[in-house]
Amino acid sequence: MCDQTFLAITFGPCDNCSQNKPLMNIYLKNEPINYCSLCVELMACQGLAKGETIHTLKAESETLKGKLEEERAKLHDVELHQVAEKIEALGQFVMKTRRTLKGHGNKVLCMDWCRDKRRIVSSSQDGKVIVWDAYTTNKEHAVTMPCTWVMACAYAPSGCAVACGGLDNKCSVYPLSLDKNENLAAKKKSVAMHTNYLSSCSFTNSDMQILTSSGDGTCALWDVESGQLLQSFHGHSADVLSLNLAPSETGNTFVSGGCDKKANVWDMRSGQNVQSFETHESDINSVKYYPSGDAFATGSDDATCRLYDLRADREVAIYSKESIIFGASSVDFSLSGRLLFAGYNDYTINVWDVLKGTRVAILFGHENRVSTVRVSPDGTAFCSGSWDNTLRIWA
Amino acid sequence: MARDMSDKEILKMELEQLQKEVKNTREPVSKTAKEICEWVEAQSAEDPLIKGVPEDKNPFKEKGGCIIT
Repeated sequence: MCDQTFLAITFGPCDNCSQNKPLMNIYLKNEPINYCSLCVELMACQGLAKGETIHTLKAESETLKGKLEEERAKLHDVELHQVAEKIEALGQFVMKTRRTLKGHGNKVLCMDWCRDKRRIVSSSQDGKVIVWDAYTTNKEHAVTMPCTWVMACAYAPSGCAVACGGLDNKCSVYPLSLDKNENLAAKKKSVAMHTNYLSSCSFTNSDMQILTSSGDGTCALWDVESGQLLQSFHGHSADVLSLNLAPSETGNTFVSGGCDKKANVWDMRSGQNVQSFETHESDINSVKYYPSGDAFATGSDDATCRLYDLRADREVAIYSKESIIFGASSVDFSLSGRLLFAGYNDYTINVWDVLKGTRVAILFGHENRVSTVRVSPDGTAFCSGSWDNTLRIWA
Repeated sequence: MARDMSDKEILKMELEQLQKEVKNTREPVSKTAKEICEWVEAQSAEDPLIKGVPEDKNPFKEKGGCIIT
């Protein structure tokens, strides 16, 4: 004889659907309720709209993505490099390191040019932010931040201030004074507050507003004077690593790229995500608008750089080679947009012909990962910063 | 922010975004690519990194030259 456990089940009409079914005896607010198992499930799902579960949302998302792809593919009648075939190929490139800026004690993480085409601000892992004169390689100012890993720095359009931030989750603005003896740290102004690290910051067309992106997945627009949040941009589902403002003639938009492999284009005034592109296979480390404002390029950990056309609403070019297996950390265009400079984690900088999709040069020189690449405002040179603690100016 | 959102909320956000994007107007690549190429060609003539700058004019190329401040 076996021991058997019997479960007594009440069978009868359900309080909700009135069908004769096995009932589950549950208590709601201390009142015994007899619902059949189906009605219990339905009740539990009332938090969701009718029929919504993670699966249905995912399925709908997939169908929409498919539809979007279809719409985009309809207009994909020709490749960029095909249209560019008639254009003259570029000549041999001779670019050398013209200046090496030494002085950081640790990895250089970010840099920016001043509009006077001469000064550079750079930030590093050791918490130091240095302003250099690129012509003479002299250091003009140095500030020590209270945090390490200063991942973002930017020069104000007027040239009178710099903004920086990193693991402190804030973006701080330091006015630069001509008096070398003055302690810059004393005048610091904390502008942005995020709930995770600051990955990138940029002044808008004036010294009065700053746009920031953060590891908390959002971008935000701040007023420098009051520190007030003017607009926040939600839409990324993971850390946002980079942002870039549209060239002033084309209007109030900016593009951001993040660890969710997406590059999003935003309207600054409404806070809306206008367009979104998801063709990269890994984190997007850097985004940069094309000089005309109609396209943007991205550099990613999947070892490719890609060009997205905003009016055609699709990716139009991929810059990659089988021999390149390390991620691209930073990208920038030359003045005309014909060249794309990309810094990679394999210590090199590759120069791509944007229209034809071919590589025109590889630049060696850094002894560790290239973390940032920026072309000077007048296009005469570009600067690269690296984990080997130096910055190099190439021309 | 994004880290605090549940999977369902993130999916909902993405879904709303996709619904908006499907309605965007688009132009054919043949037209936009041609315009990009034309723009670049017009600008290339003035691009210092493409046309090169004579050694004496470029402040970076001069090594140890005199700079009058």
